[in-house]
Amino acid sequence: MGGYLYEAISAVGETIISNKQMLTDLDAAIGDGDHGINMARGFEAVKIKMQALETENDIGKILKMVGMTLISSVGGAAGPLYGTAFLRAAAPSQGKTQLDVETIGLMLEAAITGIKERGKATRGEKTMLDALEPAYEAFMEGAKADKSVLACLEAASEAAQQGVEFTKTIVATKGRASYLGERSRGHQDPGATSSYIMLQTLVEFLRR
Amino acid sequence: MKKVINVPEQVVEEMLQGMVLAHPQYVKRVEGFEVLVRANKPESSKVALVSGGGSGHEPSHAGFVGRGMLDGAVAGAVFTSPTPDQVYEAVKAVDNGKGVLLIIKNYSGDVMNFEMAIEMANADGITVDKVIVNDDVAVENSTWTIGRRGIAGTVLVHKIAGAKAETGADLAEVKRIADKVINNVRSMGMALDSCTVPAAGKPSFVLDDNEIEIGMGIHGEPGTHREALRPADEITAHLVDKIIADMPLVVGQEVAVLINGLGATPLMELYIVNRKVATLLQEKGVKIAKTYVGNYMTSLEMAGFSISILKLDDELKELLAAPADTPALVQF
Repeated sequence: MGGYLYEAISAVGETIISNKQMLTDLDAAIGDGDHGINMARGFEAVKIKMQALETENDIGKILKMVGMTLISSVGGAAGPLYGTAFLRAAAPSQGKTQLDVETIGLMLEAAITGIKERGKATRGEKTMLDALEPAYEAFMEGAKADKSVLACLEAASEAAQQGVEFTKTIVATKGRASYLGERSRGHQDPGATSSYIMLQTLVEFLRR
Repeated sequence: MKKVINVPEQVVEEMLQGMVLAHPQYVKRVEGFEVLVRANKPESSKVALVSGGGSGHEPSHAGFVGRGMLDGAVAGAVFTSPTPDQVYEAVKAVDNGKGVLLIIKNYSGDVMNFEMAIEMANADGITVDKVIVNDDVAVENSTWTIGRRGIAGTVLVHKIAGAKAETGADLAEVKRIADKVINNVRSMGMALDSCTVPAAGKPSFVLDDNEIEIGMGIHGEPGTHREALRPADEITAHLVDKIIADMPLVVGQEVAVLINGLGATPLMELYIVNRKVATLLQEKGVKIAKTYVGNYMTSLEMAGFSISILKLDDELKELLAAPADTPALVQF
């Protein structure tokens, strides 16, 4: 799984990089128009750092590297938020070379808790949490029903997509979009969108 | 996109190199980092002041590194907060035992990255505290819990907290003064035209020929509303009204005024704005103790300006008048 995770993170990075313009355009509409640029820069840096970890099997170590790299290369709000998410997800997966439904559930929970603490945000404020929290809940429902990792992640990704749609209907109260207030309604949140496309990339990766 | 640059990826690096070459008597580079610190360490131990944020606001913040103002400045990518490791390097470079105060503009990204740097520095045993500037009255505080944006008023925090630090005051005292400035300064701006982030390659927003944006932020974030262009006096009166509605000024109150250009506004126009601001304040019996007019907190090549008004008491007035010797602000 270490090798798989390496490839999975590469796939996530490629998705972010290839969606740079789309994420930037979403951000330009309601924020400061740099989300795609910053995230792409971060995952370009991850790509370089990953080369040294190609034979690393400890999933926690790989995720920790990803988190540290994002923190030191992304900047903006996305750097600390996603960086913290990956760092926190590294804890439950430390020393593990394989991931099961239970561990992934713990990783998602830790990542979301980290994002909430760092961003001092909660669900419903038009942020990435509006994609991630429903995704986590859908994942855990799948886990309760003894579904496979892929089935749980599929449910999570679908919930995240609905979460992104939901962000179009609400007014931002966190992040730079919040300065727009009512004018932010009608636009989907760039952070929620990047969270969703990461999850969806994992699903597509596992289907292959 | 039409800009005097080489490649978008190198704008911050090449700007920093150019700044050091232009002002070697004031600033030097912390090698390997987007950090400028004073060329010469202060003669006696003092609280060190560090500010920073996304680039594109020049001369903020590195232009205010020097005696009487900042000790270090961190330059992020254009309009993007610097990362925690960069801020942490700045803190390490300037700390001389009396602690470090971070002056942060209130943007979620800046606050998060600077707070992570504080955690890193605290783990090293360096005492670091922070103040968060939120002077922009365009967005009402009551509606959005995250609060207001930090804009040009930040420069007045650098000036006054910097002067206090030079007196040898301790960290708590310098922080108290910085917070006092923050509590007494209000700003609001407007844009005639947008700006283009080099890496984005196209304007952050588009205004029609006859359209202006009221209350926009310094990152090209759209403002509160758009309206048709009006004469300078009318626009100025509107911004001053907004500021005074938020921070009432009584007859006899002394203030400092900062008319800030956003990058592409001729000084001629800034002086025209200042003329009206001065008239309006005089009519209200408010006394202007100090006026700054110029480009202090820009937004790349955005056309437009902001007005900042700082309420002064004897303590703030004296510190504002104290000497400063930096690339972008010299006063004796």
